[in-house]
Amino acid sequence: MSDIHEAIRQTIEQNRVVLFMKGTKNFPQCGFSARAVEVLKRCGAEFKDVNILLDQELRQGLKDFSSWPTFPQVFVDGKLVGGSDILLELFEAGDLQKMLEAPKAS
Amino acid sequence: MDRIELGRLLTAAFPDGEVEVTGDDGVHFEARIVTPAFAGKSLVEQHKLVYAALGDLMKETIHALSLKTYTPEAWARKR
Repeated sequence: MSDIHEAIRQTIEQNRVVLFMKGTKNFPQCGFSARAVEVLKRCGAEFKDVNILLDQELRQGLKDFSSWPTFPQVFVDGKLVGGSDILLELFEAGDLQKMLEAPKAS
Repeated sequence: MDRIELGRLLTAAFPDGEVEVTGDDGVHFEARIVTPAFAGKSLVEQHKLVYAALGDLMKETIHALSLKTYTPEAWARKR
């Protein structure tokens, strides 16, 4: 596994919820990323934000790692949940809340 | 790239599905796809099928593609 994939894997394992996004949770720099931050905040979910605009290698590495071409990308318990569309759909169906309430899958 | 062409591409990729594409600025699109091919797949897996069908187009040409994916049953429930 390449270094960047290893770094990604560690980040998503050390943090239950990770949002790889354009900008930061306080200063999102893209509408889709801002929507993802909004949904996670409304869920009261604690999450780690990672600004992919600061690291081109991370940005490309993530697209290969998760085979997902766009940002933001949300990971819960080390698994890709999706982008802002899916996050919103899961939130509206109440599935996101269930996912976050469930004890960390060991 | 315009929505007609994107619609044609998606229809070819999901021949037994129903595809509707909106978006007139050539870069931001919304596509709704209803197909039995999504049965038993999570939302992430469904969207990955769509991205796979579009391949490199997703890299540069299509900046923002908002996807709504359903199996026929899910779509019937939604309407």
